[in-house]
Amino acid sequence: MAGRTISEKILARKSGQDAQAGDLVVCEVDCALGTDGSVPMALDYFKAMGAENMRDSARLVFALDHYVPPTSPQTIELHRVMRDFAKRFGVTLHEAGEGIGHQLIVETGRALPGSLVVGADSHAVTYGALNCFATGIGSSDLAAIMLCGRIWLRVPDSIRIVLTGQLPSGVYAKDVALALAGMLGADGAAYQALEFAGPGVATLALEDRLVLSNLAVEMGAKTGIFPADAETVAYLQGRTRHAIEPVTADPDAHYSRTVEIALDALKPQIALPHLVDQVVALEDAAGTPVQMVYLGTCTGGRLRDFHQALAVLEAGGGVAPGVQLVVTPASREVRDAMAADGTLDAMVGFGATVVEPGCGSCCGTCGVIPGDGVSVISTANRNFKGRMGNAKASIYLASPAACAATATRGAVTDPREVSR
Amino acid sequence: MTPLRGRARLVGDDVNTDSIISSTRKRDSLDPAVLRQFLFEHVDPAFAASVQPGDILVAGKNFGCGSAMEVAVTTVLGAGIPAVLARGFSRTYYRNAINNGLLPLVCDTGKICEGDILSSDGTGPIRNERSGETLSPEPLPPIMLAILRSGGLVPYMRQNGDFKL
Repeated sequence: MAGRTISEKILARKSGQDAQAGDLVVCEVDCALGTDGSVPMALDYFKAMGAENMRDSARLVFALDHYVPPTSPQTIELHRVMRDFAKRFGVTLHEAGEGIGHQLIVETGRALPGSLVVGADSHAVTYGALNCFATGIGSSDLAAIMLCGRIWLRVPDSIRIVLTGQLPSGVYAKDVALALAGMLGADGAAYQALEFAGPGVATLALEDRLVLSNLAVEMGAKTGIFPADAETVAYLQGRTRHAIEPVTADPDAHYSRTVEIALDALKPQIALPHLVDQVVALEDAAGTPVQMVYLGTCTGGRLRDFHQALAVLEAGGGVAPGVQLVVTPASREVRDAMAADGTLDAMVGFGATVVEPGCGSCCGTCGVIPGDGVSVISTANRNFKGRMGNAKASIYLASPAACAATATRGAVTDPREVSR
Repeated sequence: MTPLRGRARLVGDDVNTDSIISSTRKRDSLDPAVLRQFLFEHVDPAFAASVQPGDILVAGKNFGCGSAMEVAVTTVLGAGIPAVLARGFSRTYYRNAINNGLLPLVCDTGKICEGDILSSDGTGPIRNERSGETLSPEPLPPIMLAILRSGGLVPYMRQNGDFKL
């Protein structure tokens, strides 16, 4: 028998049968997330399926994150419906303001090595950083999981992403992810898994790996999965009581393609409007005027991101006149840590608008939206036209440090110029 | 499966779900009958009003990329569009389409022109009545066909209560 990839092994474990790329399998789902963006529809499907009970409500997690705070009678009603359902069926519900569902799944130790975790939101791929098979689904699939606890999946081919060396100063995980998106294209990994490997993995903090896994879906990938190592175990310490059972790829596993990325050779990257794969070296876009800087999201809203951004803001002497800086921590845990170590006060001192933890401005459903003709640079994962709630704005994507560097000058700026 | 016959409506490559229906619209309503008036509003404000029942969306690569929001499927269906032909789909859109009974067909759409009349028995070959050409969509795996033939995931789960391969 030929060797197996990490994805093949996890889907074999979860389906109880051998699983090879191309096979269709029905898997037990360990955990499923739904948000206020997807659960209301899922509940409609669930009722229409004639369901009266859930197979196992302990596997479900609801997060109120897309409408934080809710600002209309309709969104208040969506939250009420979710709360009522969660209470009736005993589903864990994270209240509005606790954070982005994906971040909460990771923080609460629900994404465990070797497990299958899905989320009714495309960025559920984020949890792959913890060596679990994590993928996004729609509301109807979530409803079926509520009913039967299972999902059908096509076992994906895997693209092996071999990381070597380590990131130079001023270059971050976001730059790796953007470079990869530029290389593979917005559908370059469609229906496939990205499997990260190589000696460069050990040089990346877990928060860095989350960025890479998060962006996997912007290349069309079904999941972006990492091996588990001491860093993974250290992160999960105190977050789970379950034994950690990492899944490794066999040396003779089959990959559809191998892409090598020398981390040492990378420069800061930027995605230009309006597609995530319109990636160029940031220096080639330097000087582009920017009026709004957004720090947050399930890609770039963690403590490490804000520390990197703050260091550049301090080195650059703060925010340039005419630039609006908006900060949205990914979770309350992140915000509390920012408050405890002075990051939050420093951001406020630089004039930042701080928004409650949640999806914020990223998808235009709440938070601060950009005005007509405004150029935004953001730590987020998507720059589609209209993504932040205004189709007349333009969105650039870059690392937290590059976003901060840009904030200091009001124009796209290489963070290496500012931090020196 | 219901036969298809309708006008081709070309929408291009990398169409993301936010451009199909803006996520800001689903704050106010999840009802396809309401959302259909905003279909592709930022791409072409006249598009929604121009849709005739039976029209078929014809796309290039990576149709439905971005958010997994299912209103991007139900709004298309709500507008009276029964099928999407594309060179490729994002996997979440593809799943959502099957689950709601919107037919997602993968084929080489490069030679189809706006307004061409396309017809098919459902999942079989697609005939372009203008050019006389026939396209052969990639076959759907059995479980997807079973869900489609049931009329979507809701009737499928009502019948089966679980997934059966």
